[in-house]
Amino acid sequence: MAVAQKNSSDDAEAPAGASAPVPDFSKDQDLAAYERMLTIRRFEEKAGQMYGMGLIGGFCHLYIGQEAVVVGMQMALKPGDQVITGYRDHGHMIACGMDPKGVMAELTGRTHGYSKGKGGSMHMFSVDKGFFGGHGIVGAQVPLGTGLAFANHYRGNDNISVTYFGDGAANQGQVYESFNMAELWKLPVIYVIENNRYAMGTSIARASAEVNLSRRGLSFNIPGEQVDGMDVRAVKAAGKKAADWCRTGKGPFILEMLTYRYRGHSMSDPAKYRTREEVDKVRTTHDPIDMARHRILDKKFASEDALKKIDASVRDLVNQAAEYATHDPEPDVSELYTDIYR
Amino acid sequence: MPIEVLMPALSPTMEKGNLAKWLKKEGDSIKSGDIIAEIETDKATMEVEAADEGTLGKILVPEGTNDVAVNTPIAVILSDGEDKSSINNAKPAPQQKASAPPAKPEKTQANIQEAPAPKSQAPEAPQIHAAADPDIPAGTEMVSMTMREALRDAMAEEMRRDGDVFVMGEEVAEYQGAYKVTQGLLQEFGPKRVIDTPITEHGFAGLGVGAALSGLKPIVEFMTFNFAMQAIDQIVNSAAKTLYMSGGQMTCSIVFRGPNGVASRVGAQHSQDYSSWYSHIPGLRVIAPSNAADAKGLLKAAIRDPNPVIFLENEILYGHSSPVPKLDDFILPIGKAKIARAGSDVTIVAWSMGMNYALKAAEELEKDGIEAEVIDLRTLKPMDTETIIASVQKTGRAVTIEEGWQQNGVGAEIAARIMEQAFDYLDAPVARVSGKEVPMPYAANLEKLALPSVAEVVAAAKAVCYR
Repeated sequence: MAVAQKNSSDDAEAPAGASAPVPDFSKDQDLAAYERMLTIRRFEEKAGQMYGMGLIGGFCHLYIGQEAVVVGMQMALKPGDQVITGYRDHGHMIACGMDPKGVMAELTGRTHGYSKGKGGSMHMFSVDKGFFGGHGIVGAQVPLGTGLAFANHYRGNDNISVTYFGDGAANQGQVYESFNMAELWKLPVIYVIENNRYAMGTSIARASAEVNLSRRGLSFNIPGEQVDGMDVRAVKAAGKKAADWCRTGKGPFILEMLTYRYRGHSMSDPAKYRTREEVDKVRTTHDPIDMARHRILDKKFASEDALKKIDASVRDLVNQAAEYATHDPEPDVSELYTDIYR
Repeated sequence: MPIEVLMPALSPTMEKGNLAKWLKKEGDSIKSGDIIAEIETDKATMEVEAADEGTLGKILVPEGTNDVAVNTPIAVILSDGEDKSSINNAKPAPQQKASAPPAKPEKTQANIQEAPAPKSQAPEAPQIHAAADPDIPAGTEMVSMTMREALRDAMAEEMRRDGDVFVMGEEVAEYQGAYKVTQGLLQEFGPKRVIDTPITEHGFAGLGVGAALSGLKPIVEFMTFNFAMQAIDQIVNSAAKTLYMSGGQMTCSIVFRGPNGVASRVGAQHSQDYSSWYSHIPGLRVIAPSNAADAKGLLKAAIRDPNPVIFLENEILYGHSSPVPKLDDFILPIGKAKIARAGSDVTIVAWSMGMNYALKAAEELEKDGIEAEVIDLRTLKPMDTETIIASVQKTGRAVTIEEGWQQNGVGAEIAARIMEQAFDYLDAPVARVSGKEVPMPYAANLEKLALPSVAEVVAAAKAVCYR
């Protein structure tokens, strides 16, 4: 076991990613991605803070560090596509265009949360935005997301399902049952494996016989690629390629996003299974938002001042969401028995 | 305005912790995300990250302080341009919790006396009143058919009516169904709508739920409900709870159907009654018909229902024939029991295969001058308590029958409801006839002993009649 742990810490270099050159973003793309990623980061920091104050209860899994994955993937999608994920879902919702106020109000369990306060951090949905949850059982969203793809196939449209799961869920049996049916029936689903290197406190090397998760579809003939999940441009490019594959009837595609979460698994996780240095290294050398920021400045897409304005407006948006979620009333007691049956 | 940093909680149950260490000192500049302190409880150590930018103006709680209450200000951060003189104006970062925790009701002598039974603060659960069976027009032709045929016809009719309805499961298409319930469907509807799956219940049940969340109306056949245990997480956690967890946004119209209960000589893993398992779950409807007409009318209703429905069939009953009304669209209400035989001396409540025992027992009892009223529950959830209670008010005695085990069984639930709602009408304790609490044995003689029997029902009915 000691050896495995050593391996995992040796692995802890900045994510390598695909060898293909990363295509550049236009000014608009870079600025849009920067703002979206920053919104998720600030939202999550605020959520962490509000959790600490007791305004958010239960489990709260923060997405900080992984922002480039959902933002890049979303840039590869079109209206009508579906997104589904596990319990680390706040970033996905914001990337899908859900209102931070509604998300935060759900985190605080209030009336105008996306689920009227009855779902919580891990259980939020938006039919309008094509976001199908928010699922609390590790791996359970994978058959569900495959079913969303099945529905697209059944209806004969060219929409796709983007089904996210983590390196931990990648070892679940139901994932492989889904892979089998998806390829057998050529279902349009991108399986996005967010490999943040730790399944709760267990490093991937300690839990997985094959740590290259992009290869997990090999025996089903599902193509897979590893992607630098910290570079939003690489994510978008890979997402586009996979989406084209799925939309043209070729079946599922696996993208393994090499990413990293800076915070603990959940708010109550002190993250003692890795060193502070490991976290700092990724944070200082490979942060998705810092990289985008430097790129924008280098290419003179925007000035420091202009970026400060974006920062301020994002902070404002998040503060408004927090304020809203703090003062929105708790659900009426009559909601206890609603929405059990339609 | 200076910002107060508050003592954070590591979990919702944490009330206080120790301020182990300050990693920044007064005057240090702070960026969002910087670790400024470490706190610890008996369970864990946690780093406090700053969520605001500025300068650490003042440390209010020195390191090494134990038992700092959650939400106590521990430091003040000054934003650009503020100096130490403004520290006293500090306000906590976000607002404090808006709603105070509900005050604990004070236990006074007065309100204790007023409360003979524990009273919940929750609102009353909604009462369910199922509609009565539709009238069958006089002169309607009755056609004798097996339950197998009735189920097939129900699916075929609904598939003709609604293109979003499809059926999937093991051997449902080319093999025509392991028990031939889907016979002919592939030929009529083609492979797009009649889908053979791999033998992976967990996966295809979840796939079906996903398709239902997207608006399709899957019928997922389990070859038997014994295998659905592999899929039960998707049934309970994904299908049953999503409407509630989404605040009513996301419906899941899906039918999980297949044979349930005791088969014949197949041993413990293939012979089990799941009636009580699924009846336990809010969000599910559970139906278990005993005859062809009910099977047809209720399966059609189940397919149209916007909720997840567990449709428990029975392998032995598949081949039993009974009359079914020849109507274009014969639909029965979910949640309505049927009085299969009227009587005045004892109420027998059963469903599915249990009705076989019940009706035969009623004939035996009649010979001894006991008139049994037999209620076919048909739907287990929501349960038609009204019909049961009305009958018990008349007879004063009740016997339940189920193939499942007694502990936490459906019979236990029926007995509890009778006790709660008709206690004063009872002339004897409710009796339960059930499967014996053993895994189903293979040996013919032991298997017979493990099952409920007509003789046991007769004996139970006589016992509650003190005969």
